[in-house]
Amino acid sequence: MSWLSPEEWTAVALSLRIAVWATLGAFVPALAVAWLLARKRFWGKAILDGIVHLPLVLPPVVTGYLLLLAFGRRGPIGAFLADSFGIVFAFRWTGAALACGVMGFPLFVRAARLSFEAVDHRLEEAAATLGASGFWQFLTVTLPLALPGIIAGMVLCFAKALGEFGATITFVSNIPGETQTISAAIYTFTQIPGGDVAALRLVAVAIAIALAALIASEWFARRAGARAYGLD
Amino acid sequence: MLAVDIETRLGAFVLEACFKAEARATALFGPSGAGKTTIVNAIAGLVKPDRGRIAFDETVLFDSATGIDIPPHRRGVGYVFQEGRLFPHLTVRRNLAYGRWMRGLPRERGTEDRVVALLDLAPLLHRRPGKLSGGERQRVAIGRALLMRPRLLLLDEPLASLDAARKAEILPYLERLRDEAHMPMIYVSHQAEEVRRIATAVVRIEAGRVAAMGGLDLLG
Repeated sequence: MSWLSPEEWTAVALSLRIAVWATLGAFVPALAVAWLLARKRFWGKAILDGIVHLPLVLPPVVTGYLLLLAFGRRGPIGAFLADSFGIVFAFRWTGAALACGVMGFPLFVRAARLSFEAVDHRLEEAAATLGASGFWQFLTVTLPLALPGIIAGMVLCFAKALGEFGATITFVSNIPGETQTISAAIYTFTQIPGGDVAALRLVAVAIAIALAALIASEWFARRAGARAYGLD
Repeated sequence: MLAVDIETRLGAFVLEACFKAEARATALFGPSGAGKTTIVNAIAGLVKPDRGRIAFDETVLFDSATGIDIPPHRRGVGYVFQEGRLFPHLTVRRNLAYGRWMRGLPRERGTEDRVVALLDLAPLLHRRPGKLSGGERQRVAIGRALLMRPRLLLLDEPLASLDAARKAEILPYLERLRDEAHMPMIYVSHQAEEVRRIATAVVRIEAGRVAAMGGLDLLG
C-alpha cells in the first residue's frame, strides 16, 4: 500500500502478527480456564478467577513491569527459557505477543466461560449415557454449542491485543520493526513535530482493522449460533 | 436381570430402593417426587448413591462395598430422557449415530434400518431437533438410545412433556419396541394408563421406598 510509508506498513504488519499470535497462544489456556471456572468446583477457584482477571484491573504498566521481571533476560522464567530452549521474550515481538496475550486473556476467558455456562449440562449427561467420555462430551457437545461465545472471546482478545500499549511498551519497549505496534507508532508520531499526518494514517488503519474484526466476528457468531440452535 | 439395592440422601429426602427387574418392561410407578428419576439416574451412573449395589446380569455397575463405580459412558445403559435432550447442533441422522460413534461400534445397516422403520424416522433424518415437534423429538430420542445398542434401556417419563394426542402417537411405538427390541426396559411413569399399556411388571415407589413389586394389578 503506497499511501503508507514502509515504516508505517511495518508497524501495521507487526501489530497484526502480534495480535494473531497472542490470540492463538491464549486459545487453549483460555478455554481450559474458562471450562474449569464454568464447570468445576475446586479449592482455590476464587483465587484462579482473581488472577485471571488481574490484567483487566491492574494498570497495564504494572502488568508489563511484572512480565519484565519474570520473563526478562534475568527474570527467573525468562532466564530458564533462554538457557534451556533459546526462547527469548525480552525486547522481541514474541514478548509483545506474550504481553498482548496476557492482557487479552481475561476478556477471552469471560466470554468463553459465559458461553460454557450457557450450555445445558443435561446434554453432556445425555452424551455420557451414549458412551462419550468427558473429553468427547466436551469436543462434540460443549465446544460446538459454546462456539458463538468462544468466537466473541477470540475477537475481544484480538482487538485488545491489537490496541495494547501500556504493558507492551513497558515489557518490550518501542523498537521499530521489532516491537513497535500501531499504537506505539502512533504514540511516537505524536511526539515528533510534523508527525500528525502519519499518526492519522495509522489511526485510519486501526479503525479499519477494528471494524473488519467486529463485522467478521458478528458474522461468524451468527452462523455458529444458527447452527447451534438448529436454525440453519 | 437388573438388581438394585441402593440408599442415598438428598437433603431431607432419603431414598432406599431395593428391587429386581426381570421382565421385558418393568415400570417404576409412583407419584412425582417419589424418587423414581433418582433411581434411574443411579442405574445410568448420573447419580452416585451413598451406599449399595447395582448389577445387571453378571456386570456390577456400582458397589459401594468394593468401590466399583463404572462411569456412565462405559455402562452401556441407554437412557431416554423426559425432555429428549437431543443435540441441537446435529441433524437427526447424526443424533442417531452419536452412540455408535462414541462407543466405536461397527455400522450395522440392518439394525439402523430396523430402528428407523420401527419409529418412522426416515422423513426426519435430515432435519435438526429445533424443527421437530415434541412427539417427533421423543421418537428420535428413543431411536438414539436404541442405536447405541444398550444392554438395558431406561425411559424416564418419555411421554410426560407431550399432550394427549402426542402421547397416543408415541404409545404404539413403545409397545412395538417392547415386543421387538429384545432388550429389557425400565419405564418410569406416574400415569397408570401408560404403564398398563407398556409394562409387564410393576415396582411401586412411594416416598423414596419400594412399596410393592408385582404385576399390573399393583396399578390399582
